Amino acid sequence: MTDKPLISARDLSVHYPMRGNVLGPKQVVRAVEGVNIDIERSNFYGLVGESGSGKTTLGRAMLKATPITHGDVTYDDGQVRYNLSTLKGAELKDYRSRAQLIFQDPYAALSPRMTVRDIIAEPLEVMGLTKSREETDQRVREIAAKCRLNLEHLRRFPHAFSGGQRQRISIARALVSRPQFVVADESVAALDVSIQADVLNLLKSIQQDMGLTFLFISHDLSVVAHICDHVAVMYLGRLVETAPTRDLFAAPQHPYTKALLSAIPSLDPDDRGKAQKLEGEIPSPTNPPPGCKFQTRCPFAIDICRTLEPKLEKSGKEHDVACHRWKELMEE
Amino acid sequence: MTRLLEVDNLTLQFDTDEGRITAVDDVSFALDAGQVMGLVGESGSGKSVTAKALMKLNPGNAVYSDKTKITLHLESGSVDIMSLRNSTEMQVVRGGAISMIFQEPMASFAPAITIGDQMVEQLLIHTKLNKKGARELSIEMLDRVGISDAAMRFGQYAFELSGGMRQRAMIAMALSTKPKLLIADEPTTALDVTIQAQVIDLMKDLVTDFGMGIIFITHDLGVIAQTADHVAVMYLGRIVEQGSVRDVIRTPAHPYTKGLLAALPNLHDLDSPLVAVPGDIPSPLERPSGCVFHTRCSVALAGRCQTEIPRFSNVSANHRAACHLVETKGGI
Amino acid sequence: MTDAPNMDVNVNQKAKDAYFTASQGQLIWTRFKKQKAAMVGAWILVVLIISGLFAPFLTPYDPTIAGRDKTYQNGAPQLPSFCDENGCSWRPFVYTYERERSIKTNFRWVNTVNIEKRRYMQFFVQGDEYTLLGLGFSTHLFGVDTGKVHLFGTDSTGKDILSRTFHAINTSMAVGTIGVFISFVLALIIGGVSGYYGGWIDSGLQMVTDAVRTIPAIPLFMALAAFIPDTWSAEMRFFFISIILGFIGWPTLARRVRTHLLTERNQEYVLAAKLCGASPGHIIRRHLLPSFTSYIIVDLVISFPYMVLSETALSFIGLGLKDPVNSLGVMLQSVTSADVLLNYQWYFIPVIFFITLVLAFVFVGDGLRDAADPYSDTKK
Repeated sequence: MTDKPLISARDLSVHYPMRGNVLGPKQVVRAVEGVNIDIERSNFYGLVGESGSGKTTLGRAMLKATPITHGDVTYDDGQVRYNLSTLKGAELKDYRSRAQLIFQDPYAALSPRMTVRDIIAEPLEVMGLTKSREETDQRVREIAAKCRLNLEHLRRFPHAFSGGQRQRISIARALVSRPQFVVADESVAALDVSIQADVLNLLKSIQQDMGLTFLFISHDLSVVAHICDHVAVMYLGRLVETAPTRDLFAAPQHPYTKALLSAIPSLDPDDRGKAQKLEGEIPSPTNPPPGCKFQTRCPFAIDICRTLEPKLEKSGKEHDVACHRWKELMEE
Repeated sequence: MTRLLEVDNLTLQFDTDEGRITAVDDVSFALDAGQVMGLVGESGSGKSVTAKALMKLNPGNAVYSDKTKITLHLESGSVDIMSLRNSTEMQVVRGGAISMIFQEPMASFAPAITIGDQMVEQLLIHTKLNKKGARELSIEMLDRVGISDAAMRFGQYAFELSGGMRQRAMIAMALSTKPKLLIADEPTTALDVTIQAQVIDLMKDLVTDFGMGIIFITHDLGVIAQTADHVAVMYLGRIVEQGSVRDVIRTPAHPYTKGLLAALPNLHDLDSPLVAVPGDIPSPLERPSGCVFHTRCSVALAGRCQTEIPRFSNVSANHRAACHLVETKGGI
Repeated sequence: MTDAPNMDVNVNQKAKDAYFTASQGQLIWTRFKKQKAAMVGAWILVVLIISGLFAPFLTPYDPTIAGRDKTYQNGAPQLPSFCDENGCSWRPFVYTYERERSIKTNFRWVNTVNIEKRRYMQFFVQGDEYTLLGLGFSTHLFGVDTGKVHLFGTDSTGKDILSRTFHAINTSMAVGTIGVFISFVLALIIGGVSGYYGGWIDSGLQMVTDAVRTIPAIPLFMALAAFIPDTWSAEMRFFFISIILGFIGWPTLARRVRTHLLTERNQEYVLAAKLCGASPGHIIRRHLLPSFTSYIIVDLVISFPYMVLSETALSFIGLGLKDPVNSLGVMLQSVTSADVLLNYQWYFIPVIFFITLVLAFVFVGDGLRDAADPYSDTKK
């Protein structure tokens, strides 16, 4: 067992060309820009951000579900070592069995014309991981039981199920190929609160049981706080802060993280008016401001923030932050 | 405090191919001017249907029971909403005395008409202003809700504005007719958390300035805690707990409310596990008998909870819950 | 005011289970059944199609020149009756018509009715020979003991209009089927490739589609009509017309297939399959094709009447089928003279059948289209 991270990204950028001007300069959407990230084995890694932060794109890039423009993503689970930017053919197919995705929308992610059994069995059949129908059925039953779906459910079609149940089917499908790395893209966002907790607990118990590594993408900080070991915060395609969960929530260092935390509505009715409110809107990813991307809304922005983009620096044990003024703001 | 709205025994069923589905069952509440009332519930709770019933916006197959009585108290007199038969009569109420804002602002603005034109159209219907006056008032309202450069935005289309700005524009449009009652149906659910905080603040300011009553519908208890004075918790079409926000959130009495609060990830206590409410929300075709929550209630009494619908018992002066256990514990 | 708890739990459970395990086809059928207009249309369609298929058996005479009734030309419909002044009978009968011409009638043939001479109808009579499914038969459903009976009258050469009508339904349906089938195959391939791959393949194919769509049908058929050698048999001509109709009918269908594919391939469950490393073939077969089968069936049903009507129009102006092959268009060719309009209105009886046929298709197509999306209201 190596102590190298399971999957790591170096200077990862994902750009999408914008359609339109054939004559003018090519416009790109810089969905992800220069991201360095290391995810350790068996870690439950959280990725938070608002719209336009690039978190979904980053997740997909790490699955090679979207093309990588610059940079490297390396996957090393002890058995194989892949460089995702150059991965193709049989190796890519193999990677697919080791890295899977759980979608956000439980209603769109399941083919309505297939039975639950077929949906869950599909990865096994496509990837040729089992040799016989009995073996497939056996594996399907196994993972369905783990996700608390019973045999009755396997015969039915998705339209028979509620959102929470469908999400469990989605999870079962992602896990049936026994992957090492799972990206959960806003997997509980579409669920009711009372069901969310159920699915989150399920994910956590499966992770511990199967020793999986999760990249949990969410916009909901409180959910991430409860379930993740390590958190990275993104803003407009850049990583602005990463830290172990406790540290991040106890002592956030980036002004954006602080604002994000204080914007969460507190359950205490007497807690009103204490939140630090951010003014302004999130800039468009096609036209980001120069220098630090957060400077348009940052209450602490100074001249250097408007010209020079800050790099991620170490500010504590496993705690990195990208801000020019983090030291002084901490001392305040 | 002047009483603004009284809803008594609202019961609403839908005639569908599968039979008669009960969407709202015996809901009663009252609202005073200048107050914010929260309607909290998950999917299938009937909160949106209840709100739409106030303006009779439900689809044609909706069947109201005879005991339903909705009274709107305006300066010009009291209006019995149930007695208004057709759209012409309803037009006075819709958009004039009562305004509504929705979750998806892109869906409520017509995409091919400028925002300004839509706001002016509404004013021309409900007020005696001429086009010039309507335009001035609209720009003033856009400015009031915090949209910079309001005169330019007036001439823009909905897709040219960001999510947060669209929501503000919708609020401006809803408020330009100076309604007595504003119904906000999940207005912040689709917004980023930092934008949500801004919009919530805006709404609270407007309540103070305009003296309106707001019915705030959401599934997010945190948002309710920050905005509402009173809250009604709904489950499968019934109100299970009602009272001042402080009382209900600090000392919940009904098992469902307790379950909801326990399932919420809490930033102050990262060690406590997420406790889910067991089971799934029953489909409206399978409404449980007796207490609608008994199928998921961990403290349900065998027998009584399955057969008898609980009536409201007072937990304190401003706080009541519909639960047999609360009743037997003895209320005030 | 909750629902009564005393429902039969078992029955309820079975119904729910059926709903949960219902495949797409079953769901669509259930929804379809609830639409009365569509169900009526479907029944009528079934009846008409079966009548067309079994036309040689159901109708008494050969629809071509071989089966004509020389003694009863341009004759009015003969309606059988059970009773008249001379008494009633169990068997329905018609009257004998006698033809005479003399100076009194200006030497025009005039048919007079002789109510004394009854001709009784018989069932399962032997008559003209015909082939059905490759086997020869000569039994017909009904006939008369002497001479011939014409329930819908006859045309100028004495051919029985009833026989011709049902044979015409069969012919038009056959032309429609072949044409729709060819269109469908072409549309599936071209629209499928276009929609699945997108990009410049899509743009190129769309240009071809639009070009074919703009080909004007009538000049094309005039050119083809000139091209068809006279030596071709009626059957060959029939197939040729059907194939050509199919070849110019595919653009509309192809466009629909392409649109469906363009939407469906961006669905999340397709992405999920791709993330398992599924090949395009697998995705098309297992995910995309089933997703729009229902829509395509609707499109097929709705394009049927267009095919039928196109063929009718072409045959009517003489560019399509000709005698002895029967179709509505062919039958209407003789309708254009004032003589017919004023005196022989029964020539139009087939028109009623065709209107019914087309309307039935339209109702069924509409009903299918409404029923075809059974998943639209499962989202909360």
